[in-house]
Amino acid sequence: MTAAPQNTKAGAEKIAVTVSAVVPLNDLVTRFEFTRPDGAAFPPFSAGAHTVVEMRDQGRTRLNPYSLMSDPSDPSIYAISVRRDDQGRGGSLFMHRNVKVGDAMTLTYPVNLFSLDLRGRKHVFLAGGIGITPFMAMIAQLEQSNGNWELHYACRSEALGTYADQLRSHYPNKVHVYFDDQNQAIGLEDLLDGQPLGTHVYVCGPKGMIDWVHTTAAEHGWPSENVHSEEFLAPQPGKPFEVRLCKSDITIQVGEHESLLEAMERCGVDAPFLCRGGACGQCETDVVEADGEFVHRDHWLDDDDHACGKKIMPCVSRFVGKTLVLDR
Amino acid sequence: MTIQFNKETFRDDYSFRNSDWAIKRFPFPFHEDSYMYSVNMEQHRGGPPGSVYEKRFDVDEHYLAEMEDRAIVLAEDPLRCQSLPHMTLAGWDTLELIMTCKSEDYPDLFELHRDGKRWRWVNKPMGIDHSFTFLDETTLPCGPLEYITRQTQGDFAVLDQRDEMLWMDAGTVTTQADWSLDFDIGMNFFEWHAPVPMAHELGIFKRALKFLLNVQQGAPARRLNWTMTVNPLLDTSPENYHKWGIQKTTLTPENIGAKQHLRVELQTFFRLPRSNALLFPIRCYLIAFQDIVSVPKWGRRLHRVVRDLPDELATYKGFIANRPMMLDYLGQYDDGRPTSPGIWPDLETEPPLDMGR
Amino acid sequence: MSKFQFPESIASRPTYGSLKSRPGKAHLMIADAEGAEAILDLAAQDAGLMAKSHVIYIPSGSGAGLSERLRGLKPAQYYEGPSYAAAVPRIRRVLSDAHMGLQVYLCGTEGLMGQAMNEATAAGIPHSAIQTEHRGSIARRMQCVHCKGITENVTTDPFVCAHCGLNLFVRDHYSRRLAAFQGVCIDAEDPGNVPNPVELYK
Ligand code: HEM
Ligand code: FES
Repeated sequence: MTAAPQNTKAGAEKIAVTVSAVVPLNDLVTRFEFTRPDGAAFPPFSAGAHTVVEMRDQGRTRLNPYSLMSDPSDPSIYAISVRRDDQGRGGSLFMHRNVKVGDAMTLTYPVNLFSLDLRGRKHVFLAGGIGITPFMAMIAQLEQSNGNWELHYACRSEALGTYADQLRSHYPNKVHVYFDDQNQAIGLEDLLDGQPLGTHVYVCGPKGMIDWVHTTAAEHGWPSENVHSEEFLAPQPGKPFEVRLCKSDITIQVGEHESLLEAMERCGVDAPFLCRGGACGQCETDVVEADGEFVHRDHWLDDDDHACGKKIMPCVSRFVGKTLVLDR
Repeated sequence: MTIQFNKETFRDDYSFRNSDWAIKRFPFPFHEDSYMYSVNMEQHRGGPPGSVYEKRFDVDEHYLAEMEDRAIVLAEDPLRCQSLPHMTLAGWDTLELIMTCKSEDYPDLFELHRDGKRWRWVNKPMGIDHSFTFLDETTLPCGPLEYITRQTQGDFAVLDQRDEMLWMDAGTVTTQADWSLDFDIGMNFFEWHAPVPMAHELGIFKRALKFLLNVQQGAPARRLNWTMTVNPLLDTSPENYHKWGIQKTTLTPENIGAKQHLRVELQTFFRLPRSNALLFPIRCYLIAFQDIVSVPKWGRRLHRVVRDLPDELATYKGFIANRPMMLDYLGQYDDGRPTSPGIWPDLETEPPLDMGR
Repeated sequence: MSKFQFPESIASRPTYGSLKSRPGKAHLMIADAEGAEAILDLAAQDAGLMAKSHVIYIPSGSGAGLSERLRGLKPAQYYEGPSYAAAVPRIRRVLSDAHMGLQVYLCGTEGLMGQAMNEATAAGIPHSAIQTEHRGSIARRMQCVHCKGITENVTTDPFVCAHCGLNLFVRDHYSRRLAAFQGVCIDAEDPGNVPNPVELYK
């Protein structure tokens, strides 16, 4: 139909925020709290959602997703807890070193890839280390609705047990903490055994822990639908690349954080689109020449199309390599 | 502009009418001279001023009459509004979304005053001024989904999202194109679409589902769907099909222009923030054939679309038996001239009908 | 013949597999009539299975000769009931204190499997984790979309609604929640013109 004019931003909507508190919790983890400069309420969110924090780090933009860990019923703040990763790509170091109270930052609207199954009769949370953060919001949400939950939380040591004391004192009967350095471990098999029908298990932590929970639950006859883990699909930026558009007779640069479609629009090329999500097929574009690898992310083209490299969907897909010429 | 609400009915004497304003802003669904199912989705971020796409929830001259019709249907059959137990939060989400949007988009008609959890909702056209506690069902006369959808045009399906799938776990459905919420509730995206011909084979539902799973908060989407209805009957339900089906046989060459209606659904998709469910409002717009052909471009195009539509689709949409009579009527308004691309009426630029021959 | 290959149909129409023994401490098997044969086949796959199993069986006529053989499998618990309705309180009781990991096996007619599936999903087991195998009658449970009444054991198309008396045609559109296919008035647009009933799948 195309009832344009439209506002043609891609990706999740953004929210301007001010850093309202920076609270070091232990040697590794710091909580950052945000408010809105205009004093407006934040959009509500569902427990398990994350936000993508945009960091301006000396001319380069970093985009890191963090679970929202504040109480979803409190619209006045958003909070995240960030574990410093000295070996990582630098986002968490930037947060720890550079972000100060009063700084202006940008967050995306919440996106939830780890939601509660609201049909659950009982919710069992299994956290490893910083994996505790989404459960902080889930616990707050379930407490509001009198949900039935329990938490099993494995941390390295008492000193690194982020929020462990707070949780234990608030919910002494529901929270179980295990310290590695005291040779304590979650007794998963016993835990899975004997849970009432309709129980859901949620795991957030290191990959090994997630795999262990899925495998053990399957061995004990648990349906996969009842075992949830966060699949962290970070937003999908990519390396900048150059494209020649032969009909328009221009060569354009696609930046790290924009899509090929957005780059074309920025350069004044009138490119078709409807969904901007790789589903409708409108933006399908013929490839004239390519020397490199396509990063196809659409649901429109089939596997053969993806393999043969003759077509690309500019709203979501990218390219890595030397030359790309499109029939546009 | 302030809207003049019509006094009209969608049953019995069928006094429903579209004003000239409503005809010009009608969401004509065909952007070219032929039609086939497609993944015709786009972002829902406004549209030209005055168009049905402009606001998040369009309110028009039929508002009060449609709400009266809904009240009649729900009184006769409460199963038209249902919500599985885990969907109450999504019901509150729906209430919040609609109250927020309507009070922002139509401040002269609707007001929402919030003081923490104490909310006051004013719906001037319906004469409602009600204070309640957000998230406390005991302060509403019925569930939150039913409460707000009794005050909002269009049907509503509320989809729970689990295991990379959408599940139709709640809804209010009284203006449907012949499907039953009571039967479909609890089904998944592929199951409730099972009766649709051809689209599964074309891969449309697979792609559409992937897109919908990714619809994010603050970034709604929309699409159009259409069918045909004899008489401006909103409640073409399977439940009552044994009563209204016979009306399809009452068309004559004399009455078809007034009786035969094109039925267009403006379908929108909103991610609900607290429940992570997806809201699917299905807003039904009706227009008599005689009003469509008052726009020359639309008359020409509708004739061509109906003529060339595959039999499977004409059968599924329930008008295969009446198609010849429709074509006889519409053919009078197709002079064979080309039509401009797009859905808009283009009244200034498209030539008037020329049947001079 | 107790096995029937249903032709391919629309996405809401259930499909059935053949039962496989799965890991788990507890197993619940619910069958009617020729469904008993599927349990016999299942037991033959896994010698240790029946000692962990609770069998609920409704012979309903065509299963009379199979009861003895089922009992002979020595399930941990065995119940035989005169009708599905009579077995429902027991099924609910069993599910009410069952634990995650319980494996559910349903076999026999579509009506039995659909209704028992409903009990199991209401108790918190996802429907995709419940195994089913069709045996025996191809009769359908039909909901009249107009009066909402359920007509059991429908074997012809069209048929007469046992509640409101309308002549209904048999759709493949199926509701798991109602455990029924949809029946829709066949002569709404031409009252009185009702074709002669034809046996399903004939
Ligand atoms: C998630 C929200 C949606 C809901 C709740 C929904 C619901 C339905 C229902 C109940 C029907 C009637 C099926 C019947 O005959 O019983 C239908 C028809 C159909 N749906 Fe959807 N739908 C949704 C989204 C979509 C999307 C995104 C597409 C995109 C391509 C789509 C395409 C269709 C088509 C082509 C038909 C046939 C309509 C006709 O020919 O009149 N639906 N839908
Ligand atoms: S715009 Fe829809 S697939 Fe690219």
